Amino acid sequence: MAAESALSTTAAGGGDRNAERTFAIGFAIMLGFFVLSPLAIYPIFLMKVMCFALFACAYNLLLGYVGLVSFGHAAFLGAAGYVAAHSAKVWGFPPELAILAGTASSAVLGAVFGWLAIRRQGIYFAMITLALAQMLYFFCLQAKFTGGEDGIQAVPRGHLFGLIDLAQTMNLYWVVLAIFAFGFLVIYRTIHSPFGQVLKAIRENEPRAVSLGYQVERYKLLAFVLSAALSGLAGSTKAILFQLATLTDVYWAMSGEVILMTLLGGLGTVFGPVVGAFIIIGAQNYLAKYGSWVTIIQGFIFVVCVLAFRRGVVGELGRYLRRSL
Amino acid sequence: MTVFGVPTQALFGQLLLGLINGSFYAMLSLGLAVIFGLLNVINFAHGAFYMVGAFVAWFLLQHLGISYWWSLILSPAIVGLLGIVIERTMLRHLYKLDHLYGLLLTFGLALIIEGLFRNEFGSSGQPYRIPDQLLGAQNLGFMFLPNYRGWVVAASLTVCLATWFMIEHTKLGAYLRAATENPSLVQAFGINVPRMITLTYGFGVALAAFAGVLAAPIYQVNPNMGSNLIIVVFAVVVIGGMGSIMGSIVTGFLLGVVEGLTKVFYPEASNTVIFVIMIVVLLLKPAGLFGKAQ
Amino acid sequence: MKKLMGSWLAGVALAALAATGAQAQMSDGAIKIGVLTDMSSLYTDLSGAGSVLAARLAVEDFGAAAKGMKVEIISADHQNKADVGSTTARSWYDVEKVDVIVDTPNSGVALAVNEVTREKNKVFLVSGAASSDLTGPKCSPNTVHWTYDTWALANGTGNAIVKTGGDSWFFLTADYAFGHALERDTEAVVTKNGGKVLGKVRHPLNNADFSSFLLQAQSSKAKIVGLANAGGDTTNAIKQAAEFGIVKGGQSLAGLLVFLTDVHGLGLQTAQGLIMTEAWYWDMTDANRAFAKRFAAANKGIHPTMIHAGVYSAVTHYLKAVEAVKSDADGKAVVEKMKATPTDDSLFGKGTIRKDGRKVHDMYLFEVKKPAESKGPWDYYKLRSTIPAAQAFRPMAEGNCPIAG
Repeated sequence: MAAESALSTTAAGGGDRNAERTFAIGFAIMLGFFVLSPLAIYPIFLMKVMCFALFACAYNLLLGYVGLVSFGHAAFLGAAGYVAAHSAKVWGFPPELAILAGTASSAVLGAVFGWLAIRRQGIYFAMITLALAQMLYFFCLQAKFTGGEDGIQAVPRGHLFGLIDLAQTMNLYWVVLAIFAFGFLVIYRTIHSPFGQVLKAIRENEPRAVSLGYQVERYKLLAFVLSAALSGLAGSTKAILFQLATLTDVYWAMSGEVILMTLLGGLGTVFGPVVGAFIIIGAQNYLAKYGSWVTIIQGFIFVVCVLAFRRGVVGELGRYLRRSL
Repeated sequence: MTVFGVPTQALFGQLLLGLINGSFYAMLSLGLAVIFGLLNVINFAHGAFYMVGAFVAWFLLQHLGISYWWSLILSPAIVGLLGIVIERTMLRHLYKLDHLYGLLLTFGLALIIEGLFRNEFGSSGQPYRIPDQLLGAQNLGFMFLPNYRGWVVAASLTVCLATWFMIEHTKLGAYLRAATENPSLVQAFGINVPRMITLTYGFGVALAAFAGVLAAPIYQVNPNMGSNLIIVVFAVVVIGGMGSIMGSIVTGFLLGVVEGLTKVFYPEASNTVIFVIMIVVLLLKPAGLFGKAQ
Repeated sequence: MKKLMGSWLAGVALAALAATGAQAQMSDGAIKIGVLTDMSSLYTDLSGAGSVLAARLAVEDFGAAAKGMKVEIISADHQNKADVGSTTARSWYDVEKVDVIVDTPNSGVALAVNEVTREKNKVFLVSGAASSDLTGPKCSPNTVHWTYDTWALANGTGNAIVKTGGDSWFFLTADYAFGHALERDTEAVVTKNGGKVLGKVRHPLNNADFSSFLLQAQSSKAKIVGLANAGGDTTNAIKQAAEFGIVKGGQSLAGLLVFLTDVHGLGLQTAQGLIMTEAWYWDMTDANRAFAKRFAAANKGIHPTMIHAGVYSAVTHYLKAVEAVKSDADGKAVVEKMKATPTDDSLFGKGTIRKDGRKVHDMYLFEVKKPAESKGPWDYYKLRSTIPAAQAFRPMAEGNCPIAG
């Protein structure tokens, strides 16, 4: 697949020291940015960026490292949001448990969707995930507990571990940053584990991976579940952050958005999705006044990325620096 | 009178409405199937072209006073040309790559087109009046059937069958089918395959525009009219078998009717029934009901 | 690692500093009004840009500039999405230093903004949204519900129809907070008056095709098909009901929330005979007519709906309260002042605001004129009866509002 040929130039061998140092520097820069930027930038915007960055990284695990194009990832973001919001509001869960509940339910959902979808490849895989997600959308539209069109509103942020008051914006900020960093490191570890090497082998040449004796389906399913669970972590955190869970997060347009973030940032790059999420959320934020221009510009970025910029921002940067980022 | 505890009046009424919806599914999935057959591209922008078709008709009537009947020809022609331009300038460059890039590109195009129209016209619909010749309704005993909706079913059936006939029973269609099977061989016989691909895309898109014109008086002309429909139509194409002409026509009408039935017996599931069928079909018969296993 | 820890602590400290800095700036002398409304979808005509215009006219007439008060107006489109509405409200309050949000048609969005406003202790003046929950279980010391609500609509239109023989109903309900509230409140009125509800069906917001819902309404054999929806949904349903012969078949339509702009869009031929409850109509008093003339001149000829008038009236009263309190910083205090002061403006006349946030005034039952009765565009209503303020709104005790006391 051509997607892979673009990828393999950037994704160099995982284990060597140089790559690890590059990662450490990149990670420090990123963390430094998120620690300092609330001084200058609206913290709620930054928290939103981090939620979506985590979502896009989770998506990238599937698209960039296994080569599976899911067109239904909104399902995991949204479903987790609903579960987290409902458990925090109705059952009175503290935030850490609510987020855990959301994440767990997305993992389960991912197992079901994945089990159905990985039987097929390529376009079929994309269409099945899209259809499954759309089913979930209609379920959420009609189910009682989701509040339909209104969503679940006024979700309490609560106290983390009964101690830290998350209603204070900056308290919440550090928590979101910690969650984001945790999810990001989990993904990095996964990619660079033996498990991740097998995933990449599947991406490069599935028949060969099969002939080497790997149970490809099982690896794909595991990657799918992990991606779904981390998307769920992002979704639950977002629900607690905005105190709201709505249909927007399960709608298919959201699945398109996460593809866009990943594609724009750079498929199969560790930092790409973060950059992509930052650009897209930033554009949405600053162009919100101009109505539909957000959608138009997103569409335009899509077209440009597909036609001429398939490596994405970080992919191009990596090529320029001759590093795998 | 009742069937399974449901008044026949409601049953027949919903079946008929299902058939009308099915007409749109059939026309749109036919276009998608034709395009997919030759280009191997899932045209995500299909819903957007359907919407543009309706808007062109609205514009022609509102600003140039051109009637509905002319729009049925003019609008597909204009939108078909737009499709040809897009194929020539963008899609063409992606054939060497993975099929998914085609999906992503057309997804982006759909966002651009719908965004532009939403910007210009807002998302409340523009009314388009039913042509005078088709005003009124027939009392069928179990329901009032507006004449216009009857016409939609007839027009859709005609266009679908004509397309099928053209592809399966004419020389042009034979080239097309041959090019689908083995493009390089057909090229070697001196047939201009790239041009054929361009025209096929234009034709598929024109079909969507035709459906859009038919839809204008029923659903109003709205920038979002295609975006939700298109996902259902994707499911229809997958169920029918991607690339299968007759499959997409039959499945289109059939699923419209199934949806109508669901509205009678279990309305809560009417939005999801098509997706459920799609999953079952994919698990049991991955190539689709009418598709050939590759 | 140590270094990292250090920068983290510095970050906390600096951020805390930034937060207090923001607090001190809040009362910055300028009053900032945010009009959060539907700028692109089915409620655009009845609120939208017209609401921004109404707010601007209110500020002009109040003479803010002459009194040395600096008033700014900004606006945004909530796209009828609760999450967009709540995010916009939050960043308006945090970043743009908005002091008051007005209008907000779409009850789902309004309920979300209601919560953010309470949290941030600002002011929310509702004109466009209808759900009576805003002064019921969800009432807030920071919110005033100005123009109308679902209880008032049900009470006006529902009563009138049941009493003239429309005693069996089928509801076509928009599937979100507003539709549910309107259906619930109307059903209560219908059953209280001895009528029956034979069935109901929920349709998605901004729906294009009503055919299968109308078919269900038809087979229910109910005398009245109640449309618990608004704006584009109502006009679409009415048009398609004509197409499918609902009225010819002997059933009547009851538009529970119909606006002047809807009647304009439908045309009198289709809309004639509809009965509706409204808080305000432009052709009732000289002051109203003068306002309508000014409004239409600046708004492509489109005449004001009751929502536009409500925005004007609410903003006027808000500015008076801020002038009296001499500060816009404490939202709760401003709303308390608004409640303590009787309302009085050129459009809604004299009235009061109750403890639960409900603005109280007369409501009117109108009937849409026949084409022959109308003298021209926008001359659409004739008055059937006036519902006095004391009976027009839900008694405070029945609302379950925790702050009603």
